[in-house]
Formats: sequence, C-alpha cells, structure tokens
Amino acid sequence: MSNKIKVATTSLAGCFGCHMSFLDIDERILDLAEVAEFDRSPITDIKHCSDKVDIGLIEGGLCNAENVHTLREFREHCKILVAVGACAINGGIPAMRNHIPLEECLEEAYLHGVGVENPRIPDDPELPLLLNKVHPIHEVVKVDYVLPGCPPSADVFWKFLTDLASGREPSLPYELVHYD
Amino acid sequence: MSIHTISIDGQTVPFEDGDTVMSAATRAGIYIPHLCHNPEFTPHGSCKLCTVKVNGRNCTACTFPADEDQTVLNNTPELTELRRTITQMLFVEGNHFCPSCEKSGNCQLQAVGYHLNMLDGHFPHFYPSREVDASHPDILLDRDRCIYCELCVRASREADGKNVFAIAGRGVLNHLVVNSASGLLKDSDLQASDKAADVCPVGAILVKRHGFEAPIGARIYDRQTLAEASLAREMRPEGAENE
Repeated sequence: MSNKIKVATTSLAGCFGCHMSFLDIDERILDLAEVAEFDRSPITDIKHCSDKVDIGLIEGGLCNAENVHTLREFREHCKILVAVGACAINGGIPAMRNHIPLEECLEEAYLHGVGVENPRIPDDPELPLLLNKVHPIHEVVKVDYVLPGCPPSADVFWKFLTDLASGREPSLPYELVHYD
Repeated sequence: MSIHTISIDGQTVPFEDGDTVMSAATRAGIYIPHLCHNPEFTPHGSCKLCTVKVNGRNCTACTFPADEDQTVLNNTPELTELRRTITQMLFVEGNHFCPSCEKSGNCQLQAVGYHLNMLDGHFPHFYPSREVDASHPDILLDRDRCIYCELCVRASREADGKNVFAIAGRGVLNHLVVNSASGLLKDSDLQASDKAADVCPVGAILVKRHGFEAPIGARIYDRQTLAEASLAREMRPEGAENE
C-alpha cells in the first residue's frame, strides 16, 4: 500500500484553464509525484474516484444537472474538497448569464445569433438540463478550502499542496491572492 | 500651540483641529482600509470598511473627529475579520466578475479583498439584475459593479458643479441614477474630463477606449499594495489623482 496522498481533480462549468494552470507547476510535478498520486483526473483519464481520496480539486461552477451530480459524487469521495478558481468560487464568467432569462440565452445562441445556420435549440435527451442560474459550488456542498484566481497560478497550487502534504495548515501569502 | 495626540494601535499620532481619525492616521502614514473615503470630498461614512475601535466603541474613522484621550484600535484580528465580512458582502450583493472587468488590477474593491486576505465571497450570491448604460459616447456606466460609495455623486457635485449622479431606492432596490430627462448618461452633462468620470474606485464608471492599457503585472495593485498606493495618493496635500 502506498502512503502517498491521493489527489483527484475534475471540472464543472469552466474552461479547464485551472487544470492548465496546475500543469504549469512544470517539473515540480515530479516532486509532487513523490508524495502524491493522482486518482480521478483528466490527467489520468480515470472517470470516477477511488473509494476515498484525500484531496479533491474542483474547478468550474454549476450550470447544469450533470454538474450538480458530478459535484455531489466528487464531494462524497473526497476528504478535503477544494474549490479552485473564480467559476467554482462565484460562478465566474459563466455566471454572467445569470441576469438574463435562460430562454433568451438559448434563443440568442441558437436561433438569433449572428452567423447561425439551421437555427434550432438543441434538445437531444442526452444533453444535461441547464439550470436557470449558474451557481458557485459552496451553495450545494461543503467546501473546505478555496484557491482564488482565474486561474490560480501554478504557485498557488504548489503552495497549497505542499502545505497539505507537509501537514501544515494551508495558507496563501499576499502575493499569491488574485481574483483574475 | 499645544500638540494634540491620539493613540492608534499604541502609536502616538498628532492631530490638528478638524481632523478625523482617518485624516490624522493618513498624515502619520497609518493605513486604515476604506472605499467610500477620499480626502478630496466630504466624508460619507457609508462603506464601513474604516471601522475602528475608539475607546472601545466601533466608529467610522473617516467621519469620527479625533480628540484628546482617544485610544484607537485599527489593525486587529477582530477588525480585519469584520472588514473582510463587509467586503464579502459588497462582492456578493453586486456582480463582481474580476476576470471580465477592465478595472481589474486597478480596482480598490479587489485590492481591499487582497489586503484582507479574502479568498471567497462566503455568502450566497445575489446575482442582481442591474442596468448597464453604454449610451454615452465616452463613458460607460456598469451598475453591476457599483458599491454605492457615492464618490461620483460627491465629485460631480463638489468638483464638477454638475450634480450628474445620485443614489435612489432602498435596500436591494438601491441604484445609481443619472440626472437627465431620459435617465441616460448620454443626455447628462457628464464629460470624460470630469472628476466624476474618473473617481470611481471600482469599474462602475469607466472612460471608454482606455481599457487594458497596462498589462497584467504592471497595473496599480500588481506593483503596490493598496495600503502603499492609498497612502501615497492621500498623503499628498493637493491634487491627488485617482486611478
């Protein structure tokens, strides 16, 4: 049995920029691999968490029913859940649709938008139902830590994970706190 | 002339007749977080970020007169917690999406969040519906970002002599209104060279065609903390420029 900490990551309504930023820790990922192993993550292409994961990093907000399902399942398997980036924390850019009725958003995108051909609102039953509003994840599950930024810098991920791996209470110094 | 002093966090700070706790602190190089305060305009006392403890009572430093025998607490964990909560409430009651805002990096609301180590909004978000007024050829009014500090109201009245802005409504219906027959900015007297167009501490009133002029890393609060920038700006006796 490995005694490395298990780290899982996943994405909801976001752009995957937080994952890209995480990978910007570059060669430090080798040091991280000494103390941590990746479980569910786009990096490993594992689709569901192991029974229990130590740290779950989740980017993106909630814009559809599938996001809510994914979040609840992820929360269930993670001892420590970390909201990563503006979308997970306050809905971010996707939440800019929140003061526009959903019907108008869909009509603008699929019926009346510039350059739309064969206008039709997608209605395949496999498509997850959209929520009326985009929500940050703390409105649905308990969140243990947040990493602000759009995206948080690689140094934020590094500082946070190395703090936890060393048994320290994670803290972000002034220069690492950014909302953009 | 006798020298009057107050104590701020144990430091002896001189004050002059007419000083507020804020003005005495600023002159002494002590930063008290604030958003609605600007020494160029009449104090307003609305944002409450500058709440300090004066002889055991909470007071807004920007409006509270300095007086003999005052023991002021400013930089304490309790007040930082209080100010962080106030800032979180300001964030969740508006639509503050920093990544999409051209004021990002130069925004005092954002910078005060950094100063207080605010990592999230904590409270459920309101996501209010607010009108954007892009009618003016040179100035944009995005009410999503308004924090009701009334600096534009005061600047228009006191510096520009125009009375372009006012706050109307109460509670969640509170909103910034424009003094013109149509209610639109284009029909008001506001000009891009007015103080009121330049004084907004957040991205609610922006002069058009000036966005993103400084790259990330070179913006005001990339280079300086809010405390440094604020003191440098406000310790100057005259003609302090706002970002």
